[in-house]
Amino acid sequence: MVRRHFILRVVAKLLMPFVLLFALYVQFHGDFGPGGGFQAGAIFGAAFILYALIYGIDAARQVAPAGAIRFMISLGLLLFLGVGYVSLFLGANYLDYDVLAHDPVLGQHIGIILVELGVGITVAATMITIFFAFAGRRQP
Amino acid sequence: MSFLAVTAIGILRMRNLFVVIMLSGIYSLLTAALFVTLDAVDVAFTEAAVGGGIATMLMLGTLALTVDTEKAGPGRIQILPLATVVVTGACLIYATLDMPAFGDPAAPAHHHVAPRYIAETPIAMGIPNIVTGILASYRGYDTMGELAVIFTAGVGVMLLLAAKRRGKD
Repeated sequence: MVRRHFILRVVAKLLMPFVLLFALYVQFHGDFGPGGGFQAGAIFGAAFILYALIYGIDAARQVAPAGAIRFMISLGLLLFLGVGYVSLFLGANYLDYDVLAHDPVLGQHIGIILVELGVGITVAATMITIFFAFAGRRQP
Repeated sequence: MSFLAVTAIGILRMRNLFVVIMLSGIYSLLTAALFVTLDAVDVAFTEAAVGGGIATMLMLGTLALTVDTEKAGPGRIQILPLATVVVTGACLIYATLDMPAFGDPAAPAHHHVAPRYIAETPIAMGIPNIVTGILASYRGYDTMGELAVIFTAGVGVMLLLAAKRRGKD
């Protein structure tokens, strides 16, 4: 497995930074162009899955340790819930972003970016977890 | 559209599951192209990434654990399932006759809250992508629920598969 699929390995290695960069672009440019947290998370997860397919599950597990991924699954959802509670404690309704900054428009901006970031983190981590759980099983 | 139909028939006829998975990936990609034609770029994006990419990967992963040819069915046409499918399909097609034409400005969907969203999103949030505005802000609760569903799915798979593997080691 180590020296086989030479072209695939080189191309995957060349593509990897661009895939990750594109995922980040989709994540943080989602309020201007098409995209958002869910799509970015799917692309980010797909990058890791590609890496795992080409370099093997064990190499991918070293890049994305199970503990960190497990932590990120909850981190994303907690970020989303946390934004809601922050706006609640600042005196507005739950998930009302107007109060996150002095200017309601800026507050909406911050709220949407944080919430989309939470969505992206959880989706990416969940994709990676499900893939590892399926692919990590040995033939019964 | 006709490519979609051809691919679907191909999926039905094939017995080799590897080919079926590849065809379903193609089906997703065609659907994404269809969404782009309908100007639903955000949905097309999701369909291409999830349907074409990740679902195909997961099915391949499952295929690696099982056999790659489908077992032969009973061979004869079963009346009851066929009748159910035909009746349901006829009902759905009958229902589409009442739908407003595509892009009809008088359609009910364009008169409920959509004008408010379109008028207010640029002013209230200052972001050009209204879809993102609706998903993250106006429909924040829905998105939160979706995220919770994804979270639950991830945790469920982890509990079912990862725990079993640890027990075996």
